[in-house]
Amino acid sequence: MAVLNEWAFIGVFFAVAWVFPILPIVGAWLIRPRKPNRVKLATYECGVETVGDTWVQFKVQYYIYGLVFLVFDVEMILLFPWALAYKQLDFFAFAAGLLFIFLLADALVYAWRKNALEWF
Amino acid sequence: MPVGDCLNNFSACLVRGGASPDIANFISILLGVVLVATVPLVTVIFLIWVERKFAARVQDRLGPNRVGPFGLLQTIADALKMLSKEDITPIGADRFIYNLAPIISFAAVILMWAVVPFTAQHIGADLSIGILYFIAVASIGTVKIMVAGWSSNNKYALLGAFRTIALLLSYEVPLVLALLVPVLIAGTMSMQGIVRGQLGMWYFFMAPVAAIIFFVANLAETGRSPFDLLEAESEIIAGYNIEYSGFKWGIFMASEFLHAFTAALLAAVIFLGGWSGPLAEQIPILGFFYLGLKTAIFYLLSLLIRSTVPRVRVDQVMAFNWKFLVPLSIVNVLVTAFLLKVIQTLGLAPAPDRATDVVANLPQTAVLLVGNLVVIAFALWLTRRGVRAERLAEMEHEEEAVHEMAHSHAAAGD
Repeated sequence: MAVLNEWAFIGVFFAVAWVFPILPIVGAWLIRPRKPNRVKLATYECGVETVGDTWVQFKVQYYIYGLVFLVFDVEMILLFPWALAYKQLDFFAFAAGLLFIFLLADALVYAWRKNALEWF
Repeated sequence: MPVGDCLNNFSACLVRGGASPDIANFISILLGVVLVATVPLVTVIFLIWVERKFAARVQDRLGPNRVGPFGLLQTIADALKMLSKEDITPIGADRFIYNLAPIISFAAVILMWAVVPFTAQHIGADLSIGILYFIAVASIGTVKIMVAGWSSNNKYALLGAFRTIALLLSYEVPLVLALLVPVLIAGTMSMQGIVRGQLGMWYFFMAPVAAIIFFVANLAETGRSPFDLLEAESEIIAGYNIEYSGFKWGIFMASEFLHAFTAALLAAVIFLGGWSGPLAEQIPILGFFYLGLKTAIFYLLSLLIRSTVPRVRVDQVMAFNWKFLVPLSIVNVLVTAFLLKVIQTLGLAPAPDRATDVVANLPQTAVLLVGNLVVIAFALWLTRRGVRAERLAEMEHEEEAVHEMAHSHAAAGD
């Protein structure tokens, strides 16, 4: 029951946390002035009119960083159970962790050597 | 039943008053939620004042000093002003998502407070996976930036969002790897468990490298200087929140201030022993006080850095993370794991019944501290060597350029 209560707390918290920022926005919506015009609503770009499509192509570097991040993100999720049980395991646990981390550190070295971490 | 019991076990009190157990349970949970969620809301009003005043004093300015004593009411005046401001949604913006972004931003920060142990008894929810919950909720903050940048229909906003996402994603790797170390030492992911594990000795002394990595990565995660690329005014004006105005912009700012404080709070909980201190278990309310003091250490340090250090370039930020912090945190995890097994084999860890004794903790702390110092020394040596080689190459390059220029001048003279 106690465990269930903890998660019920998180569930209710998720609902309440959204209400807090919504309240002032709704409050502002009620009392704020509304005098829109074309110039005011135009996209801001240092005084000149915006040219072309906004959703431009992005640097491929961002994509590569995203890929490298993904490798490590998955690794870390798998490392937490290992860390949690580490004290109850024998010395072999260290060897296993070492092997696993080396496999992924390898990926970092590979990305490094391939210049994927350089910002061109 | 005395009144004190009602405070400690609210739902039992309601049941006695005639409510059905389920509803009583729900009401008591809701009350707890509102209580925990209000703490950050009240804190942030005060925090904005602290931050502005502190930065001003560091930079030899006065800071807010007109509204109320010491300018304490300035934030409230600002909030009222923002409430009355016209709110502009630019043409071409994706309205629903555009309005959703500030809400996500604030909710993500408040959600972190659910697992913060304020005292020995007062914690929102002592989840058995508290640290994992923190990581999961903290990464919702990344979503808000993409959402805000994409839906604004503004090139600056989009460029700022790309940059920030790359930064946040990158620094999440050392952040989480640094959190792995306290989990290794404590053998639990529950926040209360980690605080109780530090009753004998703070993890800051057992894992200083992890603490520093956590602090630096959090500076980046909260978008603080020197990693404040997301609002590089001179390059991309304000970054992802450029098109926001009125209270929505205010919420972005408030959640940024609050995030910085929450990061310091969690650093204090995980590395400085949270609420632990003399008499903290007998008089729980003292825990609030200790936690506040410890948080102030990290928070004021981050404010000091914010108000003194200039911004670094985007390629430098990335290189620092992937070529220094990530390898360092991987090595740190391995060294800590190895030393923990050594401690276990040699029997240096304190007996379970003496775990809260400082003296009993000294042997294992000494071993871990020495290991950490070796890691720091090695990292510094490698960095110095790398930087020196880079400088030499640069100097040679410059000399060559000067040489060539002299040549061409001579040629022109003939």
